[in-house]
Amino acid sequence: MNDVAGELVEQSLYEVRRKIYPRAVRGWFAAWRWTLVWATQIAYYGGAWLTWNDRQAVLFDIAHRKFFIFGLVFWPQDIIYLTVLLVIAAFSLFLFTAIAGRLWCGYACPQTVYTEIFMWIERRIEGDRHARMKLDQQRFSSRRLFLKGAKHAAWIALALWTGFTFVGYVTPIRELWPEVLALSTGPWETFWILFYGFATYGNAGWMREQVCKYMCPYARFQSAMFDQDTMIITYDRGRGEPRGARSRKENYKGKNLGDCVDCGICVQVCPTGIDIRKGLQYECIGCAACVDGCDQVMDKMGYPRGLIRYSTAHAMEKALTHREMLARALRPRVLIYLCILLAIVAAAAFSLWSRVPLKVDVIRDRAAIVREVEGGLIENVYRLQIMNTTEQARAFEVSVSGLPTLHVQGEATVGMPAAASRMIPVKVRIETSSAAPGTHPIEFTVRTIGVEGVSVHEKSVFIVK
Amino acid sequence: MSQFVSGFWDIYIALITVMSIVACAVFLKSQSSTKLPSSETTGHAWDEDLAEYNNPLPGWWRWLFYITIVFALVYLVLYPGLGSWSGVLGWTQVGQLREETLQAESQYGPIYEKFARVEIKDLAKNTAALAIGQKLFLNNCAQCHASDGGGSRGFPSLTDRDWLWGGDPKEIRTSIAEGRNGVMPPWGQVLGEQGVKDVTHYVMSLSGTAADSIRVAKGREAYATYCVACHGAEGKGNAALGAPNLTDGIWLHGSGEALISETIARGRSSQMPAHKELLAPAKIHVLTAYVYSLSAPPD
Repeated sequence: MNDVAGELVEQSLYEVRRKIYPRAVRGWFAAWRWTLVWATQIAYYGGAWLTWNDRQAVLFDIAHRKFFIFGLVFWPQDIIYLTVLLVIAAFSLFLFTAIAGRLWCGYACPQTVYTEIFMWIERRIEGDRHARMKLDQQRFSSRRLFLKGAKHAAWIALALWTGFTFVGYVTPIRELWPEVLALSTGPWETFWILFYGFATYGNAGWMREQVCKYMCPYARFQSAMFDQDTMIITYDRGRGEPRGARSRKENYKGKNLGDCVDCGICVQVCPTGIDIRKGLQYECIGCAACVDGCDQVMDKMGYPRGLIRYSTAHAMEKALTHREMLARALRPRVLIYLCILLAIVAAAAFSLWSRVPLKVDVIRDRAAIVREVEGGLIENVYRLQIMNTTEQARAFEVSVSGLPTLHVQGEATVGMPAAASRMIPVKVRIETSSAAPGTHPIEFTVRTIGVEGVSVHEKSVFIVK
Repeated sequence: MSQFVSGFWDIYIALITVMSIVACAVFLKSQSSTKLPSSETTGHAWDEDLAEYNNPLPGWWRWLFYITIVFALVYLVLYPGLGSWSGVLGWTQVGQLREETLQAESQYGPIYEKFARVEIKDLAKNTAALAIGQKLFLNNCAQCHASDGGGSRGFPSLTDRDWLWGGDPKEIRTSIAEGRNGVMPPWGQVLGEQGVKDVTHYVMSLSGTAADSIRVAKGREAYATYCVACHGAEGKGNAALGAPNLTDGIWLHGSGEALISETIARGRSSQMPAHKELLAPAKIHVLTAYVYSLSAPPD
């Protein structure tokens, strides 16, 4: 390591935050983002109010350890599906990132979505970039107080509604609503409404790009997921440089200028405040606001669109056509991600479709191993934890197999209410002459009475002494 | 701890804690700026031309560090943690346990309260009480008496109507709350090898098991001398002493000549532990009802 000679100056190790005033932008990609804002938020705010089977359609009932998602009921034993969901989410992220960079960040991430909504509110109240900058430079005035107050009130109202909806997925929202109106929510409900609301308000209103730059790990490992054929927001340096201002009618090529008019729109619209013309930076969340902004300017100037566009490092280097660039999207890396993803999705879908709404655990009594009972029979005792995961009351029949004369002693049927779990002790008997002393594998079968095909087999052991 | 070590160590630990916190603050302050070249990079170059941009941390990041220091100080004032200082909130682990116990009692108390007023015989037909009773049974009793209450060798079955210490609700309750000590003294020395065999055959004959008639006759005399005090003239046992009925074919310590003679020669000692310290009276009440229900006549 060499120290490069240079004048040393006392500098802060912490940066003073420069406030970003993103300028509003319209265009193809902004429309896509708003489509996703609407889709995700209608699903989020509206989903909690849907009903299904006389209950909330989507409810994560942590208190009773049951998750309801439309027709599906998940019990703690179904935790594997959460794992599968996370694996699917991870592979989707790999796939989309390999193809076109930070699509998630730019269009669907809650941080982006809520920032977009909060910025829209800000724009409606304080005006666009220029008006907001002017307002912030003003001295204290009643107008400024009014505008800022209105903005924060609107933000807080939306944030609280977001927190309320969040808790509404855990506590039935139709019961929560009157409690909120009467200010009689429980301590945890109150905490989570306020906490989630505060997080929304703080992250989307105040922190914004700081979350993406310093808190989110994604920016830091994106370079591991990109390659030369990943489509990223790219400034076409060859076409744009040398940049410079010019009049619309001027023959700029004669003046040896590129297509970039150096208007700075791409910087003004950027929500993280970077200049995309410097190339790919970790701050770039791939929102394509600069693409939309630049395209508008190109249209006005009468130049072709796409000075800033989705392109790949390869396409830039080798001057590939759009079609050639897209063809390279189907490279081994992408195909492997796609195959794994499809396989996991198919397996998960099949598993959910063929899921038996009945769970059984067999626990052998540990201390009372074996006993002789009247009539020269040998008896073992088991606890069967039977879980009826349907939303109807059911009756089950317990049987056992694996050895001659092996049978369940006494009542072999058990009734159970909807979505309930019950432990029943089961005595299993055998004639002494039917099995040699030692341990024998056996199998319990629990069958739903009156419903074809809903049965579970569980292995256990029978001990003869 | 304080009764074993001197107060010096409290102060020693407290000083280290406070000094560490102060040192963190001083370190943070000293590390908020440094001398750097005025260029865009840190001025270091590796491998000839690999330079590093100067990317400072965001300003609010530093405040997070300071907030942790403030949090630590507030915590140490409120809670015990600084030497022997017990904190202004007066929080203790035992106190928290007591509080949570009280909360649980106020939550579940009314449920048990309702059951406590019901007679055992009626409670044994209450499905809600039995469901709770079963859980209590599985947690406290099933280890020895098995999940179904059927017992195993040395641990009596609670599902038959053969009660060692009596099957009235009152007796069952006493067995659970106070525990029982069942002792069969060893008779091997007194009876001798042949004597034990004789008594074994006599005892087998009491429950109709095939036995040697000569030994039965000899054993009857020895029984009348040594065993009758507890097991009774007819071998029906005595619930006041926990002496088992020998005529019913139910064998706590195993049937067959070998096991019965072992019982006679070496004696047996069984213990049912007392549960009054472990379970509140209302819980014992519900548990009694559950145990009673296991063999209750179906009337």
